Amino acid sequence: MAKIKTLADLRKIKEEAQSKIKLRENSDNPEQLIQIKVGMATCGIASGAKDTMKYLVEELEQEAIDAVVTQTGCMGYCYAEPTVEVTVPKKEPVVFGYVNKEKAREIIDMYIKRGELIDGIIPVNFKTIDE
Amino acid sequence: MDTVNLTIDNKPVVVKEGITILEAASGIGIDIPTLCHMKLDDLNIENKPGGCRICVVEVNGRRNLAPACCTNVHDGMEINTHSMRVINARRTVMELILSDHPFDCLICAKSGNCDLQDMAHKLGIREIRYKGEQSTYREDTSPAINREIDKCIMCRRCETMCNEVQTVGVLSAINRGFESVVSPAFEMNLDHSVCTYCGQCVAVCPTGALTEVDETGKVIRALSDPSKTVIVQTAPAVRAALGEEFDMEAGTLVTGKLVAALRRLGFDHIFDTDFAADLTIMEEGTELLNRLGKHLAGDKDVKLPILTSCCPAWVKFFEHQFPEMMDIPSTARSPQQMFGAIAKTYFADKLGIKREDLVVVSIMPCVAKKYECGRDEFKTNDNPDVDHAITTRELAALIKLSNIDFKSLPNEDFDNPLGESTGAAVIFGTTGGVIEAAVRTAYEVHTKKELPRLDFEELRGMEGIREATIDFDGLPIKIGIAHGLGNARKLLEDIQAGKSKFHAIEIMSCPGGCIGGGGQPYHHGNVEVLKKRQVAIYQEDKNKAIRKSHENPHIVKLYEEFLGEPMSEKAHHLLHTSYFDRT
Amino acid sequence: MTEYRMHLLICGGTGCKASESDEIKNRLNKFISDSGLQNDVQVVATGCFGFCEKGPIVKVLPDNTFYVEVKPGDAEEIIKEHVVKGRPVKRLLYTDPTTAKHISDSKGMDFYKKQIRIALKNCGFINPENIDEYIARNGYEAMGKCLTEMSPEDVIKEVKDSGLRGRGGGGFPTGLKWEITRNVENEQKYVVCNADEGDPGAFMDRSILEGDPHSVIEAMAICGYCIGADKGLVYIRAEYPLAIQRLKIAIKQAEEYGLIGDNILGTGFNFNLELRYGAGAFVCGEETALIHSMEGLRGEPTFKPPFPSVSGYMGKPTNVNNVETFANIPVIINKGATWFSNIGSDKSKGTKVFALAGKINNVGLIEVPMGTTLREVIYDIGGGIKDGKAFKAVQTGGPSGGCLTKDMLDIPIDYDNLLASGSMMGSGGMIVMDEDDCMVSIAKFYLEFTLEESCGKCTPCRVGNKRLHEILEKITEGKGEEEDIERLNELSMVIKDTALCGLGQTSPNPVLSTILNFGEEYKAHVIDGKCPAGQCKSLLRYDIVEDVCTGCTLCFRNCPVGAISGERRKPHYIDQSLCIKCGVCFDKCKFNAITLT
Repeated sequence: MAKIKTLADLRKIKEEAQSKIKLRENSDNPEQLIQIKVGMATCGIASGAKDTMKYLVEELEQEAIDAVVTQTGCMGYCYAEPTVEVTVPKKEPVVFGYVNKEKAREIIDMYIKRGELIDGIIPVNFKTIDE
Repeated sequence: MDTVNLTIDNKPVVVKEGITILEAASGIGIDIPTLCHMKLDDLNIENKPGGCRICVVEVNGRRNLAPACCTNVHDGMEINTHSMRVINARRTVMELILSDHPFDCLICAKSGNCDLQDMAHKLGIREIRYKGEQSTYREDTSPAINREIDKCIMCRRCETMCNEVQTVGVLSAINRGFESVVSPAFEMNLDHSVCTYCGQCVAVCPTGALTEVDETGKVIRALSDPSKTVIVQTAPAVRAALGEEFDMEAGTLVTGKLVAALRRLGFDHIFDTDFAADLTIMEEGTELLNRLGKHLAGDKDVKLPILTSCCPAWVKFFEHQFPEMMDIPSTARSPQQMFGAIAKTYFADKLGIKREDLVVVSIMPCVAKKYECGRDEFKTNDNPDVDHAITTRELAALIKLSNIDFKSLPNEDFDNPLGESTGAAVIFGTTGGVIEAAVRTAYEVHTKKELPRLDFEELRGMEGIREATIDFDGLPIKIGIAHGLGNARKLLEDIQAGKSKFHAIEIMSCPGGCIGGGGQPYHHGNVEVLKKRQVAIYQEDKNKAIRKSHENPHIVKLYEEFLGEPMSEKAHHLLHTSYFDRT
Repeated sequence: MTEYRMHLLICGGTGCKASESDEIKNRLNKFISDSGLQNDVQVVATGCFGFCEKGPIVKVLPDNTFYVEVKPGDAEEIIKEHVVKGRPVKRLLYTDPTTAKHISDSKGMDFYKKQIRIALKNCGFINPENIDEYIARNGYEAMGKCLTEMSPEDVIKEVKDSGLRGRGGGGFPTGLKWEITRNVENEQKYVVCNADEGDPGAFMDRSILEGDPHSVIEAMAICGYCIGADKGLVYIRAEYPLAIQRLKIAIKQAEEYGLIGDNILGTGFNFNLELRYGAGAFVCGEETALIHSMEGLRGEPTFKPPFPSVSGYMGKPTNVNNVETFANIPVIINKGATWFSNIGSDKSKGTKVFALAGKINNVGLIEVPMGTTLREVIYDIGGGIKDGKAFKAVQTGGPSGGCLTKDMLDIPIDYDNLLASGSMMGSGGMIVMDEDDCMVSIAKFYLEFTLEESCGKCTPCRVGNKRLHEILEKITEGKGEEEDIERLNELSMVIKDTALCGLGQTSPNPVLSTILNFGEEYKAHVIDGKCPAGQCKSLLRYDIVEDVCTGCTLCFRNCPVGAISGERRKPHYIDQSLCIKCGVCFDKCKFNAITLT
């Protein structure tokens, strides 16, 4: 291990290390972050949800957007898979259907970055509950 | 020095900063009771664990009671030493101590001399409200010391003596809670430990937990055996302390009454260990001059400094702790053993009796002497040179038992030939005395000139380690003195490190020398008692007609008739010894 | 560098390790690689999550799923269902006892809702054996800030302003202690961390050292900088092997980074750390006894003054703080005194970690702001009393504390309120008793502890506590007299007034507080000869009701001492002189024919 000789050295190591536990930090304060849930039940996976999720994670990472991407079970919109629920802090969750890579790109650029609503929103009449 | 103002029992008092409540109170005549606390000022000895909690006092504004022995005064303090809260607490604490103490005062060795008994009386304890289980431990006996630690009250005085003062490290608190007690590690027996039998633990024990092995019964049996000739020798320090056992002022010299008492007890010959002390000087002084002569002649192997060897606890100490240095002390036996060796040869021959029919009893200020006379090298055909060593305290008990009114006894003289002694021998009883006696003789033998003075004030005192340079007619002889084994250890470590500058060193195990021995009347923590004994010893020296050992006519005669000359083969056989590695 | 998409945190504290958390971790890893996810999912052994009642715990991130009472056999399902398919394993979720609903996110659990974690901030969050994870959480930032931007006086002022008080029991203001030690002039000084946690049931210090050892190391270095010490010693009991191991690893890693050692961060400040092991004597938590033990002497207290800050380890000025106190320091420096002092009550700032134990549903380690009420701790966080029994008392402050009653449940917990109500903060043990607990026996139990742990140095503690215990024993054996209660009171007061150290001075507290708050129970024992809680066997009496007994002989056949006699189909009898009150007959009887009075 290289010696940490100055406070600046320490902060450099901190930055590197922080990226490794960012996921933990973020999930500790989810309400302050953009939360994205990808429906990953059988129906979702069959429709390409895995790729969508991978794409979202990588792109958000690339653009340094602090977001928590998690997988969830079936959201009940099997007809519109892959489905993705996006919760921007202090806003109500919005569910998008048919999210392929292109749609995902659009969600990031329009909704997440600029807050503009885009097509493909499934009207929400339920709340995610844990029972 | 800064002072502080405070009130104790409503009395305003101004005292110097940094002293304890106990000291401040005692300065205005308020005697706060203490039990575990003990302070021997000039000897730099203090036991202050703050453990017994007898000395608690009330300090205005303080949440709990303060132990007076270890709470320092501060400005504006208002202290009450006998409020109801204090008296109740003090009595309760005393009751608690007593509730875990055997109730055998009537038959306890310490009865009448027991600090715990006195305190119970002072505090007016008439019942013990909190009764319960009493702790019990195995009794332990050794050649010199009995441990009956059911009676231990955890005052830790013995521990302080054994560890801090003597640096022997045998006794310490073991176990926890109610089972706590002071004991050798792993509750081993004392005679399996490195105990030196110096007896300083016995000297300070406030109860009957630590006492000497009582040999008065054996002495009575010997005295009543018509087939035995029983002779007695008495050590120098005994005469300066025995009077205390008969309510005489500390420092009263009772030599004449002591002799009279011994005669009335029925001893056939009343002799003096002082005679053997003179003999010791002849041998040890000669050994010193021999080594010094070789050293001056350029012999690099000669062992200097030479160390005195008359203290048995000190001998056992270096056998355990510094075995690699066993060739440094003088090989001269202690006066007790020289006396025994001469008595059972020279004197038995004179009487025309077998050594087995001669019983030698010694009266010693010491408990280690009991152990010393049992050492194998001091026996011939399993018959010891000295049969029984009893302490000053045991002698007092014998005198009382024999209905002798000590105070009204006339002064009588020792018998001859082994009763004649010089002032040089008397001062063996105090720290610095042996080396002063040696100087008086060695100087004259070496320089062949008469000493211009006999009192070497520079060698006297109570400082734990002292040093002086004595001019041997142009030859400066550097002398070191240590009393207390902790102080001795410091000088030994200097020798080990090659840093010692001395030619000769006197070492005594007990603080103050033999006057402070473990077999002396209890000083109860009062250092003045030791100082008065020391004054008495030097007074006895002054009173003597002859004050140099080599001028003792019976010593001269002994060499002419029997031994030849100092360090002769016969002298070597009878008067010298060897040491054993006990690690 | 691998960026894991998912982290599985598993508790690696002593308690969960005892429940095979190591094996769970191994299996999780195995199934992760079996599924080819080793580059996506990371398993991290962390320190204690605190919810020990439900351990071992596995927390899945990023979705914050909190699995409880996980067994090695559950690993496969967690990976295959949750990690691969995104379907939480419902049967492993925590069930809210009031709503009976599964709660997936720990944030939604009552146990965590009212907690604020400062001292425990990294416990259950980072891998304690990886210094980088500590650094990522602002680790050593506080030390860096102190060394480069603040003078020792500034740091001390910050700590003083924060209002932090010693978490080990006494509650002495930490900043003031540092200042006093700083002001004593000496070339050599020492920082000592007291990790000799000894209260029965308390394990917060162990958990901090196991879960976040660097926070203590960092704080000790900061303390060293403030008081002028280049040497730190951690006095830790040898019974804490995991904490020792984690601490050793942490010290080694910090040394390798140069975060302790010579010329730290190029500032010229040197600080080295050593461990000293204790043999687990309770009294060695007392700072003078602790110091003597470190010096190789018998672990027993000596009179103060001199305080360790003036003459401590090897006679040198020594600052002793406990683990939890130290763990608060880096946060105070990073977030500021004002932030810290806004948490807590008027005179007690910040949070306190408590070890909840006894007859409570959620046994575990919690950290709450000072001023939280006992009711919130016991009912909201602790989930109330086990088996729906009635609350009777809560003992705070360990064996030196007192028992508080249900009338005191709304007391906001802080140093002063607890003292005023006859108990104390202590190191944060909190033991809950229910209607089945006999308060005389409880007092006896605590006294037994202090009796065994007393160093034996001073009379009141050595003998006085023994006598107190004997009187209590007498009472629980049904041999008590009315005067015994007064005797207990009187002796307790003298012990408090005269004992040498904190252990002795506080040892009668359980006796005094139970007499004060549950005096009726004592009276029931000594006057009526009854133990209301039915715990004191000597005071119980089993009888067979003649009219109800069918003579089935079941009790007769099960009595282990042959105290029951009677003919078949005729009423049986219990010989009271033989009965050992084991209660077997009572339990076995199918006809409720046996009464217990």
